[in-house]
Amino acid sequence: MDSGPTLPLDELYREVVLDHSRRPRGRDPLPRVDASARGFNPVCGDEVEVRVRVEAATVAGVQVTGRGCAICTASGSLLAEVLPGRRLDQTTSTIEAFRGVMHGQAPTGEVELGDLEALSGVARFPVRVKCAMLPWVTLEDALEAWQSGGPLLVASTEREEARP
Amino acid sequence: MPGATLGVGVRGPGSGVRGDAARLDPVAVRARFPILGRRVNGHRLVYLDSAATTQKPEAVLEAIQRMYRYSNANVHRGVHTLAEEATAAYEACRQRVARFLHAPDPRGVVILRNATEALNLVARAWGARLGPGDEVIATAMEHHSNLVPWIMLTRERGVTLRHVPITDGGELDLGAYERMLSPRTRIVAVTAMSNVLGTINPVAEMAAAAHRVGAVVVVDGAQSVPHLPVGFAALGADFLAFSAHKAYGPTGVGFLVGRPELLDRMEPVSGGGEMIREVHLDRATWNDVPHRFEAGTPSIVDAAAFPAALDLLEELGMDAVRRHEEELVAYALERLRSLGFLRLHGPLDPARRGALVSFVDPEIHPHDQAQVLDGLGIAVRAGHHCAQPLMRRLGEVATTRASFGIHTDRDDVDALVDGLLATRRYFGG
Repeated sequence: MDSGPTLPLDELYREVVLDHSRRPRGRDPLPRVDASARGFNPVCGDEVEVRVRVEAATVAGVQVTGRGCAICTASGSLLAEVLPGRRLDQTTSTIEAFRGVMHGQAPTGEVELGDLEALSGVARFPVRVKCAMLPWVTLEDALEAWQSGGPLLVASTEREEARP
Repeated sequence: MPGATLGVGVRGPGSGVRGDAARLDPVAVRARFPILGRRVNGHRLVYLDSAATTQKPEAVLEAIQRMYRYSNANVHRGVHTLAEEATAAYEACRQRVARFLHAPDPRGVVILRNATEALNLVARAWGARLGPGDEVIATAMEHHSNLVPWIMLTRERGVTLRHVPITDGGELDLGAYERMLSPRTRIVAVTAMSNVLGTINPVAEMAAAAHRVGAVVVVDGAQSVPHLPVGFAALGADFLAFSAHKAYGPTGVGFLVGRPELLDRMEPVSGGGEMIREVHLDRATWNDVPHRFEAGTPSIVDAAAFPAALDLLEELGMDAVRRHEEELVAYALERLRSLGFLRLHGPLDPARRGALVSFVDPEIHPHDQAQVLDGLGIAVRAGHHCAQPLMRRLGEVATTRASFGIHTDRDDVDALVDGLLATRRYFGG
């Protein structure tokens, strides 16, 4: 056997990412749930559930649960850590900014990404982009369904395929 | 035959149960696969994903080149030399597949795009004879391609779909199967070898029971045909589907092998060129079997190149192939079990399973495991392997699967085991 795994892996599994995957934040139940959705990654069978509490058009709390790989778990954990306190319009821009980073765009600086930037290495592993996006597309669905008063759908990472 | 000794040596007496099978030398076989010489992420490529698709030997690559360079033309329609050569090469594939499977009549070999298309063709064309009250029996270990076409049939024709459950040991519950059979059973659809558990199913026995109630038997041979020495007749099936690309051949070619007298009774499901005899503006008559099911220009070059892959398998001998892979899976099971931390799925007896192993490290998600292994040049599959119902039955979201082939050897298994330990270290386990 040759030496250990080669370097790009450390780009994917940065310390912050490994830490969030081992001790995911945002697992605790919320006192009240306003929006929620279940997401599914058909590629690997991973599932997440995202619950959001909204107060005065601001995300007051997020709970992310489910079963996923290290990237998916860390992404959900970081989502739950970063979003509380952001207004809904800021939340939408955060989702878009994060999606941009996942698709290899340099962060514009308009949105404060904080520790989310630790996931930027995922862009070099196209197969894993869906893993990182799963909690986010699920959050999108939860908020859309809540805002439109429509039914809750099961989000799927498949739609990431169609994106540039 | 120049390659007759390559990769095969006759072994000494008394060294195993199957005394007459020649021994396969995977190192010599490996030299026939150019891709296995490359490095991945700085490491020797250890390819353990043959169940998804096999690598292609030099002879197949050469055959593809040769066809495009010298004999490229459309088939069955031209009188010029190239068209004649292309048609002969394409039809030679049909003959070769029939011979490989000991199928008595090449008319029973329909050349399609993949095993999935073959299974869909049976579900549509034979399924058209079914209606409400009729039953199709599938199993809980089917690949989606031998499940979804039958689900579609339930929606379209009101057919009832039943499933043979599996035991905790990863085998079909044959008692339950026998009880399920009745005069209402019209089709039994079963995989000859599970792509997740590796289980080799007793297809001949199941087929005999199905025939007693008048059902036809559809076998998914995608995993079995390239790895087990079982001919079409011995299988006892009415229809057998498999893909060239899982049998060391090109992608884009798959086969439905069927009893010609049953194919004769099936209507085509795809209309167009080649499948017709006479066309008027408002009506048409069908071509004979098997051409009736081959509408449009097929994957000519890929079909023409596939016999080179079957030549290699026969040069090695399917008994030797099976013996090699059975020994390898025994070795892999023993080494993986000795790690002590893996959940291993499928039968524990190597004689009852094909050349693949599915497992889960409870500490590490299969996706992460496959990622780190890839960093070491080791290609495995992580996911649900197109068998979501089986995953649910196993209580897993996903598994990691290492699958073997004629070029796999103990060094590859050792690399996998070392890689699994390295993965644990990487994630601090």
